[in-house]
Amino acid sequence: MSVLTGKERRIVGFLCNWCSYGGADTAGVGRFVQPTDLRIIRVPCSGRINPLFIVKALLGGADGVLVSGCHPRDCHYAEGNFYARRRLEMCKNLLPLVGIDPKRFEYTWVSASEGQRWQHVVTEFTKQIHALPPAPVFPESPEIERLAACAGE
Amino acid sequence: MRIGVFICHCGTNIGATVDSAGVAENAKSLPDVVFATDSMYTCSEPGQDGIIRAISEHALDGVVVAACSPRMHEPTFRRAVERAGVNRYMFEMANIREHVSWIGKDKEANSNKAFELVRIAVEKLRRNRPLTPKYFPSTKRVLVIGGGVAGIQAALDCADAGIEVIMVEREPSIGGKMAKLDKTFPTVDCSSCILGPKMVDVAQHPKITLYACSELESVSGFVGNFEVVIRRKATCVDNTKCTGCGLCAEKCPSKKSFDRFNEGVGTTTAINIPFPQAIPKKAVIDKSFCRQFVKGKCGVCAKVCPTGAISYEQQDELLTVQVGAMVAATGYDLVDWKVYSEYGGGRYPDVVTSLQYERMMSASGPFGGHIKRLSDGKEPKNVVFIQCVGSRDVSIGRPYCSGFCCMYTAKQAILTKDHIPDSQSYVFYMDIRSPGKGYDEFTRRAQEEYGTQYIRGRVSLIYPKGDRYIVRGVDTLAGAQVEVEADLVVLAVGVEAAANSPHLAEKLRISYDKFGFFMESHVKLKPIETNTAGVFLAGCSQGPKDIPSSVAMGSAAAAKAIGLLSKDMLESDPQIAQVNINRCVGCGKCINVCPYKAIREIDFRGQAKAEVIEAVCQGCGLCNATCPQGAVQLSHFTDNQILAEVEALCRC
Ligand SMILES: Cc1cc2nc3c(=O)[nH]c(=O)nc-3n(C[C@H](O)[C@H](O)[C@H](O)COP(=O)(O)OP(=O)(O)OC[C@H]3O[C@@H](n4cnc5c(N)ncnc54)[C@H](O)[C@@H]3O)c2cc1C
Ligand code: SF4
Ligand code: SF4
Repeated sequence: MSVLTGKERRIVGFLCNWCSYGGADTAGVGRFVQPTDLRIIRVPCSGRINPLFIVKALLGGADGVLVSGCHPRDCHYAEGNFYARRRLEMCKNLLPLVGIDPKRFEYTWVSASEGQRWQHVVTEFTKQIHALPPAPVFPESPEIERLAACAGE
Repeated sequence: MRIGVFICHCGTNIGATVDSAGVAENAKSLPDVVFATDSMYTCSEPGQDGIIRAISEHALDGVVVAACSPRMHEPTFRRAVERAGVNRYMFEMANIREHVSWIGKDKEANSNKAFELVRIAVEKLRRNRPLTPKYFPSTKRVLVIGGGVAGIQAALDCADAGIEVIMVEREPSIGGKMAKLDKTFPTVDCSSCILGPKMVDVAQHPKITLYACSELESVSGFVGNFEVVIRRKATCVDNTKCTGCGLCAEKCPSKKSFDRFNEGVGTTTAINIPFPQAIPKKAVIDKSFCRQFVKGKCGVCAKVCPTGAISYEQQDELLTVQVGAMVAATGYDLVDWKVYSEYGGGRYPDVVTSLQYERMMSASGPFGGHIKRLSDGKEPKNVVFIQCVGSRDVSIGRPYCSGFCCMYTAKQAILTKDHIPDSQSYVFYMDIRSPGKGYDEFTRRAQEEYGTQYIRGRVSLIYPKGDRYIVRGVDTLAGAQVEVEADLVVLAVGVEAAANSPHLAEKLRISYDKFGFFMESHVKLKPIETNTAGVFLAGCSQGPKDIPSSVAMGSAAAAKAIGLLSKDMLESDPQIAQVNINRCVGCGKCINVCPYKAIREIDFRGQAKAEVIEAVCQGCGLCNATCPQGAVQLSHFTDNQILAEVEALCRC
């Protein structure tokens, strides 16, 4: 159990290396103060994110998942975020089916120069998660995971 | 595995709001961690030596450094562990500076977060595999986009180093804005005398191929092996036949065409050579004024051209070239100042832009070097300059300083006095920014030697009075309202990224800021590189800068391109996709999504399977997220690795 029970929520971020991770760095360089709940996992492209990661995180006890990539048309890998957008939207629609409040998951686009925007995104999402009850405990369910994997195709 | 963990203080950057020593202590409890310590500056020489020593003393085969962003120092630490004999991919970083210490003030929360970031780094590292790069040949040719002074410098430096250059320029001639300038600060030497010879060098250099009136259509491929499609726009003139004699322009009946080169000062003919020193010196038809196109009949130029170079049917041409590196030097454009209705919004003929004024002063300009008013052709006596028009103005979304306007305004005031000795110049300014070598002395000369009156304050209104203009503003130093009668008003219009820059950036897959300027890889340490390997920046495309800085950046970009292509083989990043042939069912989904066509279908004992072409894969991982079988995995970012990170977070 985390030392900060009651103070923080568990928020997992998946950020693409080229834009959003850079944007989060820019926010840091600019000393744009943010809530401390978010933990960032770096991936090369938002297109690398399998909805399974999101669902696994939410089923595993995360209170919220935030995904951020390059703005559409501005993807470092040309078109990765187009696929990402479709998948992430599917994933959002899927969450209620497995009993997860879709407000626990958001995706957004932040470029490497948008430090201030990143601060805003993190602050707002953290608020949104704090307004929800703590994450429910889910039983292990291979079915649900299989369903999540389908969203990737 | 035997993992060593190093928690950096980064002086007080991290140490002030994260308990680095405590995090190191806690890290010792993590699986496979056999050594953990904190260190003052891990990236410094003693810091790196500490890592190397620990690797040998504790027989480490994996290292985690919790410090600044991996975008900053991952390469540094990878080299360090490699020096100690550990594969550079058996290394992970936790970003506890940009993502922790700099954005949170609560030390307890920060330290807890830092520890969790270390925990996920350890869990990822436990699943890392040593990776080794492959080597591939590159095309020793550079594409320079934009033929302003920055692009010209980059092209000449590359070409002189023996590397072939292809230059693509959108306008009919290279030279950019500098070709339009009369004289240049701080030496007041003639712009075309210093730029002209360089333009000629571009035309004559055996290693440079120039495509004017051309733009980038598309880019594919990757560092060392880009494939670029260039669109050569139809100019209705066959460049192989045109000798630049200018007879067509002499006879063209459409004499009221907009003169782009002269910024609309004066007019030109529908077919024209933009200026006498143009490179290439070839005629171009402006279809929006050519009678053959507007009215459907004319054909005069085709009749008079001695070489038969005119072809009204000419179509755009697409051309494919292979290059190893690219330099983006697309410069800037002026902000649309007509949004300022208080300055007349374009209604007053004698309120002109600074660039128009350069053309009005230039000896090779439409007035032959005799400054006169656009309204009545009279020589102006009172000239008012207004600085920061469209710069440092949040209300129109241009909060930044355009950098060189203070300087060129001082230059233009000096030149005005040189042209018209009995004239008086006034400059309305916000601040004088002149931090270059000899620059402050220059602005002082404008005031002290040339009697230019500098008034610190903004102009609130310009309105006509008789055939003159009243410029009403405030003198903040005197604390009074002032009105100056002007014959001519020159607006030091601010700078924005060249039209369509974001569009070009998307083609090049580089980032741009919210103003459209291209983004460098690191503000301080990688000002020339972009986040796309093999694409470099020069000149104002990255942000406003004067000629000396643009030239320096052009040379720097060339040095980067030459450095890259001087190697016979380029190293490929081994963080690429791999197909597990046993799991692959040959559905081909990965083949369809791969943006680089890096996956092909192969026949494996009579069954269709996917195979990644190693030199082509760029490691985006799109295929990985798509494969229904989990058969294709992105090395270093496999499903297992990412899920291990997720699980590590959810467990704590
Ligand atoms: C009124 C005025 C006076 C100035 N006076 C001085 C001075 O005295 N001293 C000084 O040091 N500086 C001066 N400057 C600044 C100077 O103009 C710049 O520093 C310099 O021109 C920057 O060069 P560049 O090559 O980066 O950009 P540019 O000169 O803008 O050149 C960019 C080139 O790229 C081309 N291009 C743009 N987009 C594309 C595309 N998509 N595809 C292909 N080609 C493209 C453009 O057509 C252009 O030829 C002055 C500026 C102004 C406005
Ligand atoms: S990771 Fe996959 S989709 Fe991306 S470039 Fe490589 S093979 Fe193509
Ligand atoms: S998507 Fe997966 S299963 Fe289908 S061809 Fe590609 S690697 Fe094979």
